[in-house]
Amino acid sequence: MKTSATGAICGAATIAFAFSAAHAEDTVAVGVLQSLSGTMAISEVTVKNAEVMAIDEINAAGGVLGRQIEAVIEDGASDPAIFAQKASKLIQNDDVATVFGGWTSASRKAMLPVFERAGSLLWYPVQFEGNECSPNIMYSGAQPNQQILPAYDWAKAEGKESFFLVGSDYVFPRTANLIVKKHLAEDGLALAGEQYVPLGGTDFSAVIAKIRAAKPDVIFNTLNGDSNVSFFKQMAAAGMGPDKVEVMSFSIAEQEAQAMGASLVEGSYATWNYFETLPSEANAEFVQAYRTLHGADAAVTDPMLHGYLNVYAWKAAVEAAGSFETDAVRAAAVGLEVDTPMGPVSFAPNQSLRQSAHVGKLDAEGRFEILWSSAAMIEPEPYDALTFPGKTCGFVGN
Amino acid sequence: MLDATLFAGQVFNGFSVASLFVLAALGLALSFGLMRVINMAHGEMLMLGGYLAYLTYLIVPGPMAILVAMPVAFLGAALVGGLMEVTVIRRLSSRPLDTLLATWGVSLILQQAARSAFGPIGVGVTAPDWLNTGFAIGSLYFPSTRIFILAVAVAVLAGLGLLIARTRLGLLVRAVNQDRMMAAASGINTRRVDLAVFCLGTGIAGLAGVVLSLLGPVTPTVGQSYIVPAFLVVVMGGLGSMIGTTAAAIILGLVSALSQIFLDVSMSQVLMLVFVIVFLQFRPQGVVATRSRALEG
Amino acid sequence: MTDHPLLRHAWIAVLALAVLAPSLVSSYDLNLLGRFLAMAILAIGIVLIWGEGGILTLGQGVFFGLGGYSIAMYLKLASLEPGYLPDFMEWSGVMSLPWWWVPFQYPLFAVLAVVLVPALFAGLFAWLVFRRRIAGVYFALITQAVALTFATLLTSQQSTTGGYNGLTGFTTLFGMELGTDAANRTLYWVTLGLLVAVFAGSKWLIGSRFGTLLRATRDGENRVRFLGYDTTPYKVVAFALSAVFASIGGAFFTLHAGVVSPAFVGVVPSIEMIVWVAVGGRKSLWGAVAGALIVNFAKDIVSSAMPEAWLYVLGLVFILVVTFLPNGIAGLAEDLMKRRRERAAATGTALLEEAQ
Repeated sequence: MKTSATGAICGAATIAFAFSAAHAEDTVAVGVLQSLSGTMAISEVTVKNAEVMAIDEINAAGGVLGRQIEAVIEDGASDPAIFAQKASKLIQNDDVATVFGGWTSASRKAMLPVFERAGSLLWYPVQFEGNECSPNIMYSGAQPNQQILPAYDWAKAEGKESFFLVGSDYVFPRTANLIVKKHLAEDGLALAGEQYVPLGGTDFSAVIAKIRAAKPDVIFNTLNGDSNVSFFKQMAAAGMGPDKVEVMSFSIAEQEAQAMGASLVEGSYATWNYFETLPSEANAEFVQAYRTLHGADAAVTDPMLHGYLNVYAWKAAVEAAGSFETDAVRAAAVGLEVDTPMGPVSFAPNQSLRQSAHVGKLDAEGRFEILWSSAAMIEPEPYDALTFPGKTCGFVGN
Repeated sequence: MLDATLFAGQVFNGFSVASLFVLAALGLALSFGLMRVINMAHGEMLMLGGYLAYLTYLIVPGPMAILVAMPVAFLGAALVGGLMEVTVIRRLSSRPLDTLLATWGVSLILQQAARSAFGPIGVGVTAPDWLNTGFAIGSLYFPSTRIFILAVAVAVLAGLGLLIARTRLGLLVRAVNQDRMMAAASGINTRRVDLAVFCLGTGIAGLAGVVLSLLGPVTPTVGQSYIVPAFLVVVMGGLGSMIGTTAAAIILGLVSALSQIFLDVSMSQVLMLVFVIVFLQFRPQGVVATRSRALEG
Repeated sequence: MTDHPLLRHAWIAVLALAVLAPSLVSSYDLNLLGRFLAMAILAIGIVLIWGEGGILTLGQGVFFGLGGYSIAMYLKLASLEPGYLPDFMEWSGVMSLPWWWVPFQYPLFAVLAVVLVPALFAGLFAWLVFRRRIAGVYFALITQAVALTFATLLTSQQSTTGGYNGLTGFTTLFGMELGTDAANRTLYWVTLGLLVAVFAGSKWLIGSRFGTLLRATRDGENRVRFLGYDTTPYKVVAFALSAVFASIGGAFFTLHAGVVSPAFVGVVPSIEMIVWVAVGGRKSLWGAVAGALIVNFAKDIVSSAMPEAWLYVLGLVFILVVTFLPNGIAGLAEDLMKRRRERAAATGTALLEEAQ
C-alpha cells in the first residue's frame, strides 16, 4: 500500500514538473493559499476570489514582465499545519515566484519558517496583532496602530471614559486589549472590564451580567465569527442592543454584518482601512468588477481589498525590479506607490502598508456609513511604542 | 467582594444554562438508558431543529412562528432520528462503542449536508417581539427569551414524566428498561419501543434547536457547542434516569454560571470537567443509581 | 499473519521500500510520509488500548499534544538567543520563563518529558476512572471532554502556551539545523526506526501474559476478577502505554510539521485518530499502520481536489467500516486469506479422496 501511494504521488509530481517546465518560458507561477474548507473557508474564499480577480485582470492587460501569471490555488483547510505543508509544496513542487494568502495568525506563524527557510515571499492580507516582522512577509493588513488605536482615539475624542473589552480567547483580542489597556492607563481612562470567551463560544450570560454591572460608555468587541451573533442577540434580549450600548467591533466587516442579519448589528461601529462605501471612482469600479463575477449582492470587504492590492503591489515591484527574485522584489516594493481602490498606498521599510483608517457605523443594509477618517496615512508600527517599548523590526536598515 | 446582584443574576443564568443542558441531554439519556447506546449525531438533531425553525420562519413569518416551529422541528428531528435508528443503530445494537463511532460518521455527514444546503455561515432566526422584552426586579434583569426557554424545559420534563408514568408507551418503556429479555418474552415488541424512544429523544433535541436559535446563530456546527456538556450531564446523571439527568444539568449549570463570577469561560469549562471527575469518585453510578443484577452491563 | 511465507517477503519488501523512500520521492512527499509515520506510532497505541483492551478513548489528541508541546517548547527555547523569551510571552507581559517550562531548556529533559509526562498524566487519570469501574461509553465520553478541555485550556493560556497560534518557528534540534534536506532525511529514518521498534515491542507485548490478560479483561472483565486478578492495573498500564505512543507520535509529527497547536488536540482530531485505526483494523498492528497512512494520504488527495467532499467520504467510510468491517482492512485481508486457505485445503482433501 505504501508503495502504491508514494508511487502515485511520484507520478503526479513528475507530470506536474513536466507541465510547468513546458510553460516556464511564457508564464510565471504564483501561489494562492487560503482555506477553501473548514471554519475559515467562509472568509478566506472571498479573499481568494479577490486575489484571482487581480491575477486575471493583470493577465488580460498583458501580464507581468511580458509573462502571463499562472495561479496555483491550494487549500489551507483552516489548519496551520496544512498551511505550512501547502506553502512548502507551492515553493518546492510548483516553483512559484511568490505566494498570496493566509488569514489567521496561526496560519501565518506556521508558514513563516517555511518562507524564511526557502527565501520566498508571502503577501498577507489581513489585519493582525503586530508583534512580528519577517523579511519574507509583506503585511498589507492593518497593524494595531492602524485599526485598534485609531478606534480608541476616535472613542476618546467622542468623550468615552470607560471601556469594556470583550473578545474571543486567542492572540489577536488578547494583544489588542493589552495595547488598549496600556493606553487607557496612560490617558487616565477607566477599564470597565475585560472578558474572553472560547473561540466559537455561544453563552454570553455571565459576560452580559458583568457588562450590565459595569455600565461602560463603549464596548470594544474583538469576538470572532459566529460568537458575534450570539453576543449581539443576547445583548438585545437583555435590553442592551447597539442603540442603547455602543459597540465598536474589529472583526465585523460588510460580509459578516450581512450574514448575521444587519438588523442585529445596525447602529454598531467598526474600524477598518477600507469600506465598500469609500467614495471614489476607482473603488466603485472595483466593487462593480467583483460583483459582475460573483453576484450583485456580494459583499466587498477590507481583507478582500488587501488581497487584491497585494497582487498589484507584487506586479509593480516585479516591474520596478525587473526580476522575480525575492530580495529584488521586496527591496523594490518598499516605498513604491501603488494605485488601489482605496487610493495610492506604499509599503514602509518594515514591509507593512502605510494606510489610513476609517470609522463606520452600520446601517440597516449592513453597509457602513463612514463617520471619521484619519487625517493622513498612518505609518505602520508592528510594536506599539507604549506597550512594547524599545522593540523594533530587526531587519530594517540591514 | 462578592456583588449580591451579580450572584443572584448568575443563579438565574445557572438555571437558564441548565434548561439548555436538560433539553440537549434528555434525548441522549432516554435512549442511553433503554438501549445503552450514545448517539454522537445528537448534536446534529439540535442543528436540524434550528434549521427547521429557520425554514418555518421563512414560510410562516409573524409573531407566532416560533410556536409553529416547535412541532415542526420536533417531528422533523424525530423522523431523521427514526431513519438513523432503523438504518444504523439497529444493526449495531450489541456493540455500543461501535454505535457511538458510526453515529459520529452520521454527524459528519449531516454537518457537511447542512453546509452544502445553507452555507457555512450561520443563518439567523429573529425572535418575535413578545420574546424581545424582559422585566427588571431591582437591578436584576430577566430577559423573556431566557424565561421562555426555562418554561419549555419544564414543560418537556412534565410531559415526558406523564408519558412515562401514565401512558401505555410509558409502561412498555419501563418494562423494557427493567428487563429487556423478560419484556421480549412476554410479547413486547422491544424493537418498536426502542424506535419510539429514539424518535422521542431526537425530537426533544429538535425542540432544543428551536430555543437555541433564540440565543445564537444556527450553524452547521451549532450542535457541537452543546453536545460535550450534554454528554457530561448524561455521565453524571446516572443510567438514563430523568431525575438524575435533570439534577445533573442543574448542578452543572450552576457550577458553570457561578464559577464565571470569578473565572473566565475557558477556566470555568476546566472546572466543570474536574468537578464531574471528582464527583464520579464518590458516586461512580451517577446522581441516581440504577440497581442491576446484570454483571456485565 | 506473518507465518505465511509469501507475506513475510512482502513485509520485507515494504520495509526496504520505506527505508529507501528518501531517494525515491521528493522532499515534500518525504516530509508528508514522515508525518504519517509519526501518526502511525500513535495508531499502534490505539490498537493496544482499543483493539486489545476494548477501551475506546476519544482523547488521544491530548497525549499527541503533550508530546508535541514538550518537544516544541525545547525547540522554541533552543532557537532563542540567550536572555530572550519566546515572542508570545513577551507580548503577553510575561517577564520570566514560568518555572514549569524552565527544565525544557535541556534536551534530555524534553525527551524524557515526551515519555514521562503523558505516562504520569494518563496513569493518574486512568487510575482515578478505572478504579471506580467507569468503563465503556462513559469512559469514551469523559475522554472526549478531556480533549475539549485540554484544547480550550491551551488556547486560553496564551501567555505560557502560545495560545491558538501554538508553537512554531523552530531552527535547530540538538544542534542540527532543521529544514535542510539532510535533516529531513535523518528525521524520517529516526521516525521509521521508532515505528519499527514500537511495532515490534507491541507485538511482543500482545503475545505476552500481559496481552492475554488484557484481552481476557476485554472479553469478560468480571470473569477475570473472579479468577483473582485485579484488572485495574492492566487497564491503567495499557492506557498509559497508548498515551506514551501518542506522545511520541505527537513529538515526531511536530518535528516534521514544524508547528504544534491546539488544532491537533481537540475533539475532532482525537476521533480522526480512531478512524485511522478503525479503517486499518483495530486488532491488527500492521492494519493500524496501514490505516494511518491510507486515511491521511486519502485526506491529502481528496481534500485538495474536492474540499467539500472530504467530510462526506470520511463520514461514509467510517459508518461502513464500523458497521460491516469491524476489523477493518486487516480483518478483511485475513478473512480472504483464510477462505483461500480453506478452499485450498478443501481441494486438497478432495484430490486426496479422489486419489484414494
